[in-house]
Amino acid sequence: MANLNEKLETHECDVIVIGAGGAGLRAAIEAAERGQKVAVVCKSLLGKAHTVMAEGGIAAAMGNVDPADNWQTHFKDTVKGAKYMNHWRMAQLHAQEAPDRIRELERWGAVFDRTPDGKILQRPFGGHTYRRLCHVGDRTGLEIIRTLQDKVVHTPGVEVFMECTISHLLKDGDRVCGALGYWRENGSFVLFKAKAIVLATGGIGKSFKITSNSWEYTGDGHVLAYDAGAELIDMEFVQFHPTGMVWPPGVAGLLVTEAVRGEGGILTNSQGERFMSKYDPERMELSTRDIVAKSIYQEVKEGRGSPHGGVFLDISHRGAEYIKKKLPSMYHQFKELADVDITKGPMEVGPTVHYVMGGVKVDPETCQSNVPGLFAAGEVAGGMHGANRLGGNSLSDLLVFGRRAGLGASDYVKGLSNQPKVDDTDVEKAIQEMLAPLDRSEGETPYEVHRDLQRVMQTEVGIVRTEEDLKKALTDLKEIQARAEKVKADGLRQYNPGWHLAKDIKTMAKVSEAIARCALQREESRGGHTRLDFPEYSNHWSKHNSIIRKESDGSMTVSTAPLPEMPPELKKLFEEEKH
Amino acid sequence: MVNSASMATNDNFGQTERRDAWWLAPLLTALGLGIFGIYATWAAFQGVNYEWGPYLSPFYSPLLQFSWLPRWFSPALLILPFPLIFRGSCYYYRKAYYRAYFVDPPACAVGEILPHKNYKGETAFPFILQNLHRFTFYIAVIFIAILWYDAIVAFDFGGKFGIGLGSLIMLVNIILLSLYTFSCHSWRHLIGGRLDCFSCSKMTEARHKAWSRISLFNEHHMLWAWMSLFTVGFTDLYIRMVAAGVWHDWRLF
Amino acid sequence: MAEALLKVYRGDEKTGKLVDYKIPVEAGMVVLDAVHYIQGYYSPDLAVRWNCKAAKCGSCSAEVNGKPSLMCKTRLDDFDLSQPIEVRPIKTFPLIKDLVTDVSWNYEVNKTIAPFKPKTENTDEWKVYQEDVDRVQEFRKCIECFLCQDVCHVLRNHDKKDLVNKKDLFAGPRFMVRLAGLEMHPMDVANRIPYIKNEAGVGYCNITKCCTEVCPEEIHITDNAIIPLKERVVDEYYDPILKMWRAITGKS
Repeated sequence: MANLNEKLETHECDVIVIGAGGAGLRAAIEAAERGQKVAVVCKSLLGKAHTVMAEGGIAAAMGNVDPADNWQTHFKDTVKGAKYMNHWRMAQLHAQEAPDRIRELERWGAVFDRTPDGKILQRPFGGHTYRRLCHVGDRTGLEIIRTLQDKVVHTPGVEVFMECTISHLLKDGDRVCGALGYWRENGSFVLFKAKAIVLATGGIGKSFKITSNSWEYTGDGHVLAYDAGAELIDMEFVQFHPTGMVWPPGVAGLLVTEAVRGEGGILTNSQGERFMSKYDPERMELSTRDIVAKSIYQEVKEGRGSPHGGVFLDISHRGAEYIKKKLPSMYHQFKELADVDITKGPMEVGPTVHYVMGGVKVDPETCQSNVPGLFAAGEVAGGMHGANRLGGNSLSDLLVFGRRAGLGASDYVKGLSNQPKVDDTDVEKAIQEMLAPLDRSEGETPYEVHRDLQRVMQTEVGIVRTEEDLKKALTDLKEIQARAEKVKADGLRQYNPGWHLAKDIKTMAKVSEAIARCALQREESRGGHTRLDFPEYSNHWSKHNSIIRKESDGSMTVSTAPLPEMPPELKKLFEEEKH
Repeated sequence: MVNSASMATNDNFGQTERRDAWWLAPLLTALGLGIFGIYATWAAFQGVNYEWGPYLSPFYSPLLQFSWLPRWFSPALLILPFPLIFRGSCYYYRKAYYRAYFVDPPACAVGEILPHKNYKGETAFPFILQNLHRFTFYIAVIFIAILWYDAIVAFDFGGKFGIGLGSLIMLVNIILLSLYTFSCHSWRHLIGGRLDCFSCSKMTEARHKAWSRISLFNEHHMLWAWMSLFTVGFTDLYIRMVAAGVWHDWRLF
Repeated sequence: MAEALLKVYRGDEKTGKLVDYKIPVEAGMVVLDAVHYIQGYYSPDLAVRWNCKAAKCGSCSAEVNGKPSLMCKTRLDDFDLSQPIEVRPIKTFPLIKDLVTDVSWNYEVNKTIAPFKPKTENTDEWKVYQEDVDRVQEFRKCIECFLCQDVCHVLRNHDKKDLVNKKDLFAGPRFMVRLAGLEMHPMDVANRIPYIKNEAGVGYCNITKCCTEVCPEEIHITDNAIIPLKERVVDEYYDPILKMWRAITGKS
């Protein structure tokens, strides 16, 4: 193993932020402004993170359009949308702090759409009582990432490591002490020594076939945390966005923003029926995502789908000019990729894997996991969105908890009495594991294993689940995990996607197992988790979160933890409504 | 320092991986501008046949005749430099001739002639003078006023209102020249583009309105440039032919 | 099923060649799908950048049949499939491997631009109207695909990328767009005009508009960003009347 003699590139810093989406960048800014030396490590180029895919807007009770809005209402909407499964404190902090985070973005140069009286414009969205989503046409995520990117570039103390993948977290005793990664460009390894780590790696969508997520969404942070001994919470709750493209095949799963419905889009089935009137007559198309997705699934299953297995979504009644102004990228996306002019006719849409509500279990105030020095924010963290996330709550989640994670990490570093140490043998073991696929003389390609993994997850752990399917999935996943250990990566270490995927499929298979185990355990249907064999809410499960843990023998176990109880003054908010 | 060297610096002239007819657009531009240039030069040196009845060729307007000038010196030569520098420094024509005549570049993603290190763009003489485009615009506006006067006079047949084909041609010409002139990028900047805040006062709001309108016309600056180039040449040709007795002006009214 | 022949550049800066791949064509397939097919079934080590596959992130820039394009929105059925389709990396930046180039120069340029500096930190007082931000929002659509940087002959053929002493530097269309977005921001008070003239090298642009032609976001880069910046430079440096006006009134 000649490569172990290579001089290992090493960087020392106070805080490593893994991931450069909204949460990662916000965390980096906060930690650096509090005097920490920060390394932001991201798999893609800076500014390409999944946050750019967020389209419709960012939710915050600013009351610019509907003055009656306040944090209490936002809090209630979030908790109800989550089917009461989220951590009340996270939902509360989120609702209270989101408006400040948006004003801050504006101060950093973000340019939102405006109201006639010169304030930030807000649009309606599914599950939100009031018009609440600050937006920039249908490219809100791009605006946020660009603003944060430019802020980071001019924040002293932050260094960005682009196209660098973190493969292993390193620990000194029970604390984190660093991370090992590799440069995608040349395949050489790089060691980051640090006192604290913020995970901001996003989601898990690439384990599924039909998804709106990019190649980056392989659950890296979930598995890094899990392997480091952190608990994962509520992994069964996977959000299927109701409206993904279904045709042509190459773009199946591509997101159609909820803003189409926010701006008045109407869903119909093949018989021209506005079917949401059957499932949620009050909110219709602006119902929560879990309900709309399941309604579409039902319509298609009962034979009332569109030619390519979706339903119709029509916005053309708003007029061409309005659509091009408020939904420009949707207009182009359909025009260029599907030959459909959405100003003239309907789109065909169907559910697509979009978001994982579950993630690393964190302390709401600091975002620290149960591993000292390991923090998580954004999609990789769990607890904020419960069983179903409302549209627009993700971007605000990134900012609110990105900031809190940066703050938490900074405080943690300041409180450390001695510097944790990296153990060289851990590093060597990690490098050996990474190089193994390149050294094998035979084996499957990782792409083959990935295709099978996606098929298993799509069909057996998909939008509706049964005990039988889930048990089969666990067996299938065991086999896939075994295959993933034996794949061969062709070629050299220089920018080799096959080699990169060889590591990613192990990660994806592990996070998939976590999803399947939680899904099998939760014997009820709630939000992003639907069991055909347990179609109703259960009283028992309404009081319990699922917990995934790595045991000392390396095996994965699933258990439960009681849902934290809301304090009386917050509970009262819900009771007031009933009267 | 980051390595940033381009892989295209050694491309030869015309070298490209493009497979479409990239050479067609610069070729047509070169031909169009060339034909106009040759015709305009020829017509400007004629010194005769530039007026007939109420019509005056735009190449010769305003008509400046001085007794001290030698007979061979055409009055067109006194005034043509001004529209020429306006068009020559125009943001559209710059693109057109940099591509068609200087082949810098001939077309997008196609190799060039000049060695790469010597490129100065518009940072050095003579092209740095392009920065004075707005002053050529001010002069062009004076010409527009004069040509509007000419176009109105072209309906005056010996004190009586009349419409000849020439009157209409002159009218169309000055409309297109006005569209071209007032869709100018510099003008668009001066009228409102240079403001950062449009809503800050009644005055800036008015300028924003003007800027928005001009922006609509500015989008088609290239179209106005070509159409007015054609009509200005054709107007001269028409008057010239009528004055020479080759064509007969058609009186509609 | 229809087939397409893709010729894809394989190799690094020193050696490389076009390699043939036969791809089954599905309805609506784009070049990036074809490249993924190659990875999945022929060459797992084919290097390519991509993220969103929806023309929102600007990662998958390449030159398809010599035209700078996003692979995710270049459809195979736009081509005559009896002819091979050639896919090469963008040419203006150094090649790393296959279709991946080193675009880090662009990030270095971005660092030299003075950040947004608001009139007042208190955003509660901000009254910013849609008419004031329409222009800026066009510029902020930019997805940093760097196709404009790739096609710009000042960078591509003349290689004006000297970040050290900045005499031979042109920041490129992407950063002219960014600068325009900052300069025209109604709340920004920083003055970047000297930088635009002296360092970013706006004078190197000879407005031949290739950047506008390739922009996948359809930003009017030349007409709405670069020319207005050139005019602002004229206001400051070349217009004697405005200079006099400033001297007399003391206003800018």
